[in-house]
Amino acid sequence: MSTEYSLFMNDPDSVCEKQGEQMKTQQQLETIRRETLAVIGLRRAQAIIDGTTGTIAANGLSHIMVCAGTGCASSNSAAIIDEFNQQIVKHGLADRIAIVKCGCLGLCAQGPVVIIYPENCLYKMVQVADVAEIVEKHLLNGQPVQRIFGGHLDETEHPTEITKFFSNQMRVALKNCGLINPENIDEYIAFDGYKALAKALFAMTPAAVIEEISASGLRGRGGGGFPTGRKWQFAANSSASEKFVLCNADEGDPGAFMDRSVLEGDPHALIEAMILAGYAIGAHQGYVYVRIEYPIALERLSLAILQAKNYGLLGDNIMGSGFAFNLGIRLGAGAFVCGEETALIASIEGQRGTPRPRPPFPAIKGLWQKPTLINNVETYANIASIILRGSQWYSAFGTETSKGTKVFAVGGKINNTGLVEIPMGTTLREIIFDIGGGIPNGKQFKAAQTGGPSGGCIPAALLDTPMDYDSLIAIGSMMGSGGLIVMDEDTCMVDIAKFFLEFTVEESCGKCPPCRIGIKRMLEILERITNGEGKAGDIESLQELAEVIKSTSLCGLGQTAPNPVLSTLRFFRDEYEQHINDRKCVAKVCKQLINYRIIAETCKKCGLCAKFCPVGAISGDRERGYLIDTHKCVKCGVCIGKCPPKAIEIN
Amino acid sequence: MNKVSIEIDGRMLSVPADYTVLRAAGSAGIGIPTLCYLKDINEIGACRMCIVEVEGVRGFQTACVYPVSANMVVHTDTVAVRNARKNVLQLIMSTHKIDCLTCEKAGNCKLQDYCYEYEVDTVVYSGKNIEYAIDSSNPFYFRDNNKCILCQRCVAVCSSLQCSNAIGLVNRGFDTFVGADNDKNIEQSTCVSCGNCVSNCPVGALSPKKKTKFREWEVKSTRTICPYCGVGCELYLRVKGNTVVDVVPANGPANNGMLCVKGKFGYEFINHPDRLTQPLIRKNGVLEESSWEEALELVVKKIRSIKQANGADACAGLSSARVTNEENYLFQKLFRAVIGTNNVDHCARLCHASTVAGLATTLGSGAMTNSIEEVTGADVIFVCGSNTTETHPVIGAKIKQAKKRGAKLIVAEPRKIELAENADVFLQIRPGTNVALFNGLMNIIIAENLHNRQFIAERTENFSELEAIVKNYPPELVAEICGIDEAKLREAAIMYATANNAAIYYAMGITQHSTGTQGVMSTSNLALLCGQIGKEYSGVNPLRGQNNVQGSCDMGALPGDFPGYQKVANPEVLAKFAQAWSVNLSGVPGLTLTEMLTAAVQGEIKLLYIMGENPMVSDPDTNHVAKALGALELLVVQDIFLTETAKLADVVLPAAVWAEKDGTFTNTERRVQKIRPAVLPPGTAKTDYRILIELMNALGYPTEYADASEIMDEIAALTPIYGGINYHRLEQKGLQWPCPDKQHKGTKVLHVGSFSRGKGVFVPAEYVPSKELPDAEYPLLLTTGRNLYHYHTRSMTGRVAGLNELSPASYIEINPATAGKMGLIDGELVRVLSRRGQIETTVRVTDIIEQDIVFMPFHFAQGSANVLTNSTIDPIAKIPEYKVCAVRIEKIQS
Repeated sequence: MSTEYSLFMNDPDSVCEKQGEQMKTQQQLETIRRETLAVIGLRRAQAIIDGTTGTIAANGLSHIMVCAGTGCASSNSAAIIDEFNQQIVKHGLADRIAIVKCGCLGLCAQGPVVIIYPENCLYKMVQVADVAEIVEKHLLNGQPVQRIFGGHLDETEHPTEITKFFSNQMRVALKNCGLINPENIDEYIAFDGYKALAKALFAMTPAAVIEEISASGLRGRGGGGFPTGRKWQFAANSSASEKFVLCNADEGDPGAFMDRSVLEGDPHALIEAMILAGYAIGAHQGYVYVRIEYPIALERLSLAILQAKNYGLLGDNIMGSGFAFNLGIRLGAGAFVCGEETALIASIEGQRGTPRPRPPFPAIKGLWQKPTLINNVETYANIASIILRGSQWYSAFGTETSKGTKVFAVGGKINNTGLVEIPMGTTLREIIFDIGGGIPNGKQFKAAQTGGPSGGCIPAALLDTPMDYDSLIAIGSMMGSGGLIVMDEDTCMVDIAKFFLEFTVEESCGKCPPCRIGIKRMLEILERITNGEGKAGDIESLQELAEVIKSTSLCGLGQTAPNPVLSTLRFFRDEYEQHINDRKCVAKVCKQLINYRIIAETCKKCGLCAKFCPVGAISGDRERGYLIDTHKCVKCGVCIGKCPPKAIEIN
Repeated sequence: MNKVSIEIDGRMLSVPADYTVLRAAGSAGIGIPTLCYLKDINEIGACRMCIVEVEGVRGFQTACVYPVSANMVVHTDTVAVRNARKNVLQLIMSTHKIDCLTCEKAGNCKLQDYCYEYEVDTVVYSGKNIEYAIDSSNPFYFRDNNKCILCQRCVAVCSSLQCSNAIGLVNRGFDTFVGADNDKNIEQSTCVSCGNCVSNCPVGALSPKKKTKFREWEVKSTRTICPYCGVGCELYLRVKGNTVVDVVPANGPANNGMLCVKGKFGYEFINHPDRLTQPLIRKNGVLEESSWEEALELVVKKIRSIKQANGADACAGLSSARVTNEENYLFQKLFRAVIGTNNVDHCARLCHASTVAGLATTLGSGAMTNSIEEVTGADVIFVCGSNTTETHPVIGAKIKQAKKRGAKLIVAEPRKIELAENADVFLQIRPGTNVALFNGLMNIIIAENLHNRQFIAERTENFSELEAIVKNYPPELVAEICGIDEAKLREAAIMYATANNAAIYYAMGITQHSTGTQGVMSTSNLALLCGQIGKEYSGVNPLRGQNNVQGSCDMGALPGDFPGYQKVANPEVLAKFAQAWSVNLSGVPGLTLTEMLTAAVQGEIKLLYIMGENPMVSDPDTNHVAKALGALELLVVQDIFLTETAKLADVVLPAAVWAEKDGTFTNTERRVQKIRPAVLPPGTAKTDYRILIELMNALGYPTEYADASEIMDEIAALTPIYGGINYHRLEQKGLQWPCPDKQHKGTKVLHVGSFSRGKGVFVPAEYVPSKELPDAEYPLLLTTGRNLYHYHTRSMTGRVAGLNELSPASYIEINPATAGKMGLIDGELVRVLSRRGQIETTVRVTDIIEQDIVFMPFHFAQGSANVLTNSTIDPIAKIPEYKVCAVRIEKIQS
């Protein structure tokens, strides 16, 4: 059986052979669960979910999980899978070792990542050339390949930076990411997939489902933080005969990719949740709005929908319950504003993706003017667990007003860039230093930016801020969809504010004047300041414009677009003032405010700087030494990189 | 609708629960500023000017879309609100090209007004702006995106009202601008120059190309009715001095604020130098200016002498669908009461005589059974023989609006017209096969048992005869006759029959055939069969072509009818009019227009008085017309220009145009609407009714009316369907006949409960082919029609430069395969010949027409289609068969 099974797992075509299968009953699904779990249970899912250890027998088999998320795929993880398959055939291991492509484990900085079960140990930055060694040393001789060994993930006594990355997390939304083959519905079922749906359909009324979600305290993970249960209740309240369930998978925050990760690593979690939502509010059609820049997510979601249909988990009579629900995919062209729900709806309708004022809210008048429930991917990814394990279990995590866990996409100047899921209320410090492994190259932490272009910067003094909706709002930032960008001492805060405004200027739909014109005007001021052309009154103008834009813009994009400026002004006003008054950028980022200089005493007169300067700004010879013509210099930094004794400084 | 109590600015209001805050405030006279808002069309909350505070709700709310709710408390004018609006204005002004001193819109610019009100006097948030090139490619208007505030009104009007989708937003964010659908310019887009975008632009971004410069405060506006087609759009003429310098739409019942290219921009002819300003008399073969006295004296003398020598019936008059009801009334009164003959007719003979005859027979009334406002409410619209978007553009747009709202559209036409592209079922039928088509539809409906048995039993008669005849038209045979797909025919039949409500719209594609009356009756047969008549949104709707063709028929400019379709042959009616007019009247119906011309050739008609018609271009077989006019002893033409016909006249009388007159027009939906003078006539030109009054007096019939309203009072007294109409009632809004008394509110839908004639009668007919079909000598079938940019014989539109630019000359449409077979290329000058004459015109190769069928617009005097057309007539309605004749095309050897 295992041979046949591993073949199936690695051959997506064989999935198609399953097409046309009949609707599965609850009992048939339970059989699939039991049989599949007997095979994949060796991955001991619970160890990763909540710290309890699984005890399912390993049967002497191994599963090699190779991350096939976008990050690792772009580091050629597909070739690694091929190589593993060739190696196990070569060594005659095909009947007991399965190579499984899985979703993202979040440790993107160390990709491609490979995990070997049942040992539960991780290999990092695996190259195709490493595969043969892993097979020969680890699989055949039980010896880890130290060079790329990341550690035993369930070994807590001697934590490594990598095991700490995992052990300080709590995965609910991402529970299956990295643990199952997302292209195999049976693996999802094995780890209790579609059990919540069965529970709801056969043992709960729609009202009870909504009550459970409400009681869990779950709030919208897309950024707004609106109580999910209340949203469902509004949609349920409408008596319309036709309603829709939408999923916002238009993840637009720069740097955020938790939704993509769920779609790529655990697409059935979304499907199950949307069916549950349909059941709860009385809708029979759902659409997932995915940006076209997510090709892998799209492919896996499409396949998952097909598989769910084949099992009768989507369609006219789900599990024989009589409840009908269908799900379709709608593609977005990648406009940030289409993450705004009314713009998203307009886009699905084939209109230009621009927001409209609310009310009426989509729960009253949404897609095609019908009541519509819309949540984002991460929100949905929590639903099945809440229904299955109960609102009390879920609400035990988190803070008073922010329950459960939240996924952050951690990026910037931090060692463990990637996706982390933590209980709400975990401090920023814990995320950055315990999970994230701190700041690279011994640099100082300067600030963290949360909430993407709508959020704000958090300075070092506030590192102990608990990460929850209300604490973040209180310090002028916001949760947003969970983007978290870490900045070190080399970051100019004016430049960062400018970066975010460039983004919102680019992504403004152009419908309302405050957003269309106002942000552009703010950006122009920031451009002047960073170009050394700032003038007295600029800060006041920025603040004034920011208030106008916040108070008069039509949608959330405009209403929050000034936040990066306001929060950097709040915590780093001195940097603005230095730019304007002293024409100085302390982080040495703003090119118009810095000069390159060769330190004569350190210079070895090797001439490499002059040789590589792309604009011919460096002149001199080995006798007299070298000088930089500051008028010609474009501050590209090539000379600094080339100088052996580090004799070039920035003033 | 339930009402809710709300408080706005301290005032307690009770408003319908579906109101927005803006509407609620408006109903109480509380003004909230808006830039982007257009009711029902552009409620997008974009401009942020209408923001208000709602107690208990965070931030500002957009009044234009914010729904009221019980006990809501709203503040529209707080310091915070005013500041926010001022800030929004300051942002808008930071990108706006500020040239108010020379901007055409100054004085009528919402942005300017609000900047004044909110004291935005300097550019606060200056920055870099994008410089846009001005798009001046359209002949009638400029687009200057440097002044655009992106309110999207123009885009909404173009896509939701006009449904042309010619413009849209390009790019995003700060770089957003309004651009044409082809990324180039307006000229190359799907723009039809309706100008509704221009009319709705709140700033100077869209402005008309003015012939006469004017400032807003220099013009006065006069509300009146459009002079072109039968839709009857209400508009304002804007006048500087004595010149009409601009037209803007009014929110009339027929047009709801829309106009087409002709209504909006086709006013230049009013003060065109070609206008007739002085009477002309032919002396020694040449028309020379004369005094009014001399001209009228000559006419009077001739009338008297011809009457004496040949009897009153040797005189004949052609009234006009272009002039007012009052003038038509006087014209027929002149002929009947003063000259003493019923030889009075007008060009309705050429367009809808078969409608008047046919629907009067089957239903009892020959007019649209429904109203224009009902177009958008229909579930199924069946357009047959009407190129509606070009001939009745505003109704065409409403059909597209209906389609947009989910209505199904069936189109049966020989050409793949614009509506065909919107159609759910398009039947590209051979010209002249309407009767077969309708018989085929009815055959399927009966076979499928989809006919409305209860309606047939209760409200109709003669069903068995219909059943017997349509049995002979099985779908396969009809598909063969009409040249269409059988499955599509079936689809159309089922779509129409199973609709909750369904309306037929037709025009001259149905009427202008030797079997036109049967074609018309076929439409009512179908409607009766399915019970799709006599209720809102459902009925049979002939689209009348000219501004007042309905009215001129109503007024008795017909040889057998007194006003209100009261029959000349009915002794009681005759006695009533004889008494009212204090004269003896002839009870013998007169000659129709087509018969008059033949009678003239035969010497039986000696005098023809033509008011506002141009048969030398409009009537079939021009050579025959010329012969008839040449045979007359006296031809009097009363017109605004020296038309092709006027050039042949013995006496030409200069008349005033509609913009110089008071009176009424009756539009295609039977709505009598008031027109008002905006300018004075040029030279000695006079209103048609003044000329007629003077002539009546000169002929010894003392006549005095202080103004047009007194004429209407006389009409109302003698015409039951107009009985309740007077000018006082028409001042606010027109009235739809029948309107029998002063309390009656007019009739929106005809035949509710019972038909005008009691029961509806089925009058089935066998299909009879057109009289002249292609043969070896003349192998092509020519059909004729109109285009969007011209009207009738171009006497008006031909004097509007922009319209000529868009449609400069005569052309013949020909299928690429046919053209290829004959070696013809697009743009080639060719000779077209029929048995009646030949012309030269330009080839337009297009696949909107099928092989071996050719189409020509009839507007152009040069290369005139009517030199070729057949004057054979429908024996009942005497309407000529314009729509089918045989021609051949010859290459012109260079």
